Amino acid sequence: MIGPLLIGATRFLVGGQGVWVGTAPSERQRIYFANHSSHLDTVILWAAMPPHLRRRTRPVAAADYWGKGRVQRHIALGVLNAVLIARQARGSDPLEPLKAALAAGDSLIFFPEGTRAAEPLPGPFKPGLYHLAKAFPQVELVPVFLDNLRRALPKGSLLPVPLSCVARFGAPIALGDGEAKPAFLARARDAVVALA
Amino acid sequence: MMAIPTMGWLIGGVVALLLVASTIGFILSRRITSESGRDTVRNLNARIKAWWVMVAVFALAFVFGKAVTLLLFAFVSFYALREFLSLTPTHPSDHRAIAAAFYIFLPLQYWLIWIDWLSMLTILIPVYAFLLLPVLSLTKGVTGDYLSRIAKIQWGLMLAVFCISHAPALLILDLGGTPPIQLLFFLITVVQLSDVMQYVAGKLFGRTRIAPNVSPSKTVEGLVGGGLAATAVGAALWWITPFTPLQAAGMAAAIVVAGFLGGLVLSAVKRSLGAKDWGTMIEGHGGALDRLDSVTFAAPLFFHLVNYFFA
Repeated sequence: MIGPLLIGATRFLVGGQGVWVGTAPSERQRIYFANHSSHLDTVILWAAMPPHLRRRTRPVAAADYWGKGRVQRHIALGVLNAVLIARQARGSDPLEPLKAALAAGDSLIFFPEGTRAAEPLPGPFKPGLYHLAKAFPQVELVPVFLDNLRRALPKGSLLPVPLSCVARFGAPIALGDGEAKPAFLARARDAVVALA
Repeated sequence: MMAIPTMGWLIGGVVALLLVASTIGFILSRRITSESGRDTVRNLNARIKAWWVMVAVFALAFVFGKAVTLLLFAFVSFYALREFLSLTPTHPSDHRAIAAAFYIFLPLQYWLIWIDWLSMLTILIPVYAFLLLPVLSLTKGVTGDYLSRIAKIQWGLMLAVFCISHAPALLILDLGGTPPIQLLFFLITVVQLSDVMQYVAGKLFGRTRIAPNVSPSKTVEGLVGGGLAATAVGAALWWITPFTPLQAAGMAAAIVVAGFLGGLVLSAVKRSLGAKDWGTMIEGHGGALDRLDSVTFAAPLFFHLVNYFFA
């Protein structure tokens, strides 16, 4: 019930259509990694997927935001089937829940910057994407650029305004043999920037 | 037997015309093989499809009255404004001004029409929104590109909400015996016919381009041929208006000229933004603003001419 409502409201306010530039929708196991500028990002990327892929594609969401209020929690867990991670984890591996989801065969929606950027282009990527790519070499890494969201619901605002947003999907990249962490993260970020 | 009101006949007539047009369009799409010919046919068929939508909107508006008419036009304004502001780069710090445009001024404008407050609906956006929006955009303290950012929001609100709302605002005019919805029908029919007749006449006889850098498809021959045809149809529709045939021709000519200039201006705006089409709301139509560019200029002019001389 909430799911279709969420999709309907998203389409009405911000469109949020998926534009598949470098790849087509596919059942293959994938990590979609995107720039992060708004709380709407998670919903938009999820809504941009064809319905049959949505069920197996789980957004990675910060537990300190999406796990907090009752509404956020219900949307995150009940509707989006999100994987919640603790951003300030001490001791344990914060990527553990993601690895579990990948091992179970799910695809992920992942924001490698870790936090929302105020600028149009994404900031530097955190190492999480590298570790996942290394642990799961068979999973395709698909760059996505989310356009206009920083205007529709900028950081610090509560009310989304109706501006058309799109999710642009680029050609998959893969971790090279022995490719160093900084080089790979820079290349991954460039792949997202190239879609801007 | 219930008497069929004039609007019923008008809508029935347009439906009959559209059936003919759709049939011709379908045959042409099968017959024409040259690449440029196919493009033209595709464009015509896309227009015909949009007119079916418009006729449906009109039928709904006519059957359900003013409230539904205003609601439908409010949605048109909403989509047009969304389209305009999406293509127009503003800054995240303009969020409050954009929210006010969508959530306060748009509904307020249509509410003023609903309660017949004529003097306020003509100044709400040009005065109050004009002054308030720059204040809201300033609250984040970002001054880079300030003037151009705020001008874009003001333009969007003026065109998509203020100008377009003058079409349904015709409904609040007291025209003696004429039901005002017939004037709305007159306006939309002349504007749309003028658009398509200019396009057809331009394709057939077009030689002299009027503004090659702004809108390469607009020609003198197209403007004159299409404009005269639309003016003639407008004159022939005098009986649904409070005008004499000559006055109806004059009104139609004013609509044609304003519509032409609106198309030209919006084309220039679009080009300065580096876009070809406004959006993808109606299939093959660019966007809502691609179909409504003429209305944005024609509606306020027609509204005030009618209000000044006939209401």
